[in-house]
Amino acid sequence: MVSAPAAKTTSGTNGGGQVAVELASVTKRFGKITALDDVSLTVRRGELLTLLGPSGCGKTTLLHLVAGFLMPDSGEIAIDGRRVTDVVAYRREIGIMFQNYALFPHMTVAGNVGYGLRMRRIAKPEMTRRMADALALVKLAGLEDRKPRQLSGGQQQRVALARALVIRPRVLLLDEPFSALDRNLRGSIQVELKEIQRKLGVTTIFVTHDQSEALSLSDRIAVMAEGRIRQLDTPHEVYRHPADRFVASFIGDANVLRARLERIEGSVATVVLGAARVAVPTRTLEGSAVGGAVDLFVRPEDVRVAAPDAVTAAHGIVAAQIYQGGHIDLYVDAPEVSSGRILLRVPSHEAASPPPPGTRIGIALAGDVAIAFRSA
Amino acid sequence: MPNLLRLVGGATVTAILGFLLLPAVVVTLAAFNSRAILSFPPEDWSWRWFIKAIAYDDFQAGVRNGLIVTAWASSIALVVGAAFAFALDRYEFRLKRTLETVLLSPLVVPHFTIGLGFLILAAQLGFARGYAVVVACHVVLVLPFVLRSVYISLRNLDPRLELAAASLGAPPDRVLITVTLPLLLPGLVSGWMFAAILSFNEFTASLFVTVQRTQTLPVALYNYVREYADPSMAAISVMYIVATATVLTLANAFLGLAKVLNVEHPR
Repeated sequence: MVSAPAAKTTSGTNGGGQVAVELASVTKRFGKITALDDVSLTVRRGELLTLLGPSGCGKTTLLHLVAGFLMPDSGEIAIDGRRVTDVVAYRREIGIMFQNYALFPHMTVAGNVGYGLRMRRIAKPEMTRRMADALALVKLAGLEDRKPRQLSGGQQQRVALARALVIRPRVLLLDEPFSALDRNLRGSIQVELKEIQRKLGVTTIFVTHDQSEALSLSDRIAVMAEGRIRQLDTPHEVYRHPADRFVASFIGDANVLRARLERIEGSVATVVLGAARVAVPTRTLEGSAVGGAVDLFVRPEDVRVAAPDAVTAAHGIVAAQIYQGGHIDLYVDAPEVSSGRILLRVPSHEAASPPPPGTRIGIALAGDVAIAFRSA
Repeated sequence: MPNLLRLVGGATVTAILGFLLLPAVVVTLAAFNSRAILSFPPEDWSWRWFIKAIAYDDFQAGVRNGLIVTAWASSIALVVGAAFAFALDRYEFRLKRTLETVLLSPLVVPHFTIGLGFLILAAQLGFARGYAVVVACHVVLVLPFVLRSVYISLRNLDPRLELAAASLGAPPDRVLITVTLPLLLPGLVSGWMFAAILSFNEFTASLFVTVQRTQTLPVALYNYVREYADPSMAAISVMYIVATATVLTLANAFLGLAKVLNVEHPR
């Protein structure tokens, strides 16, 4: 099995069912540092799964283990149902796109894109056809004879993508592919990549430290920290129902408010903040005593300026008002509930005249969308 | 004021350049002197010392011996140096720092020490009269330069290029042939050329390890100058400078030596 020659089949046509990549209890150490600590992960066929986390969380190590650039110290890795734990990189049929694209500088665009086909000794007519298809897919037809240094950053990235896709990889690995592009280009390329990924149905593992990128592109997100996966779920679930304090603060903006745990009833707990009572899940409150302090995490869009007759959670003074186009960010000082400033995100159409700085306002919470953690 | 500064600056640069080129200029002018003494400036101009130098048996032998020694020494140093450069760049091992120090030590150990060492060693082992000892000595002398040149090229090589090639299905030998070596080529060639120029020029150590039959051009020149003082040597110098400059210019045009002389993308 280990030395079996690379099959010439395309992904999706052989074994493994709905599972494209599977990691079982994978551990990887570098000297004394444990980069990946007993990680298990299943990537479904055709999905775009993002490994999200701060630098040093093990996401790149995980990607390199799937690619075969690194071998795990323990655990098993399977691709399309085939055990590849000790299969070398060049037999894994993986497409990878690096942050700096890693185009071969001494080859033309055609040389780069055709590299994987030449290594597979694909016959000339088929090679020509597949290269033309790949270049058309990334909208680079006509640039075959250019050298990488004659291309813009965006074009280089397209070449890298075509080079990775032309071999019809079982899995496409993207290693922080957008961080080298300027912000304007990034958005349109992300949309395009997502379209290509969906059209080809290629299983994709995407590494990034940018949470907004992860939220907008992923089918599922694996949030990582310190060599472990903290939560694996859809962007919505990860954002709305973070598994722990780290996930809650790493993804999106969150206000951390000092509240009091009033009571626990099964899976629902009640937390008191000023005059407001908020129902939060119990699962994240392990170790908190009833009557004690807890940290309530509330998204900026779930905090409101309280109407005069509403139940207010706290009072504060508007410190700054920042117009963002679609919404307005209000920064409010409310020392009784938060040591930092509370951020309120108000849709601009709802707030034709938001309270100016210096105004004392009441703050209300919208619905039961908060989550509380043991006081840190 | 800025104009004055520019003037002073320009004059300084010109003076430094002039100072650097002075020996070459003096020797070149002396080479065309028709009289049989090394004098400057010449009174009459002539090619006669070029003709005499080219025709002189010891110089002919010196060039031949020098080319033989240089070709072998720099080629062996290239293979050995490249291997060590790979090891130092790619692997972590015990005594790595020590090895690095030892490999670069000929920059510290004087050439005459190396020459003397090889002379004693070769005499003990009984092969003091052949090319082998000269070549071996030169390998030691030029190895650090080759090593450095290849090492810098390797540091400049993005490891992700090799990973990308592997992911595209290239086994290690194909990665080496299609990606690593083509990208290292300028470094390998320039390393070889530096080694060749140094070896061909080397005098101090060569004086110890060569005999009449194997003497290289610098040694032949030294032996000549002990007995004669005509401008033949100046003529040889001019030919040497022209040849070296031609080779370097061509190499630079085709390989872009500038690229390998500094680390562009340190990792």
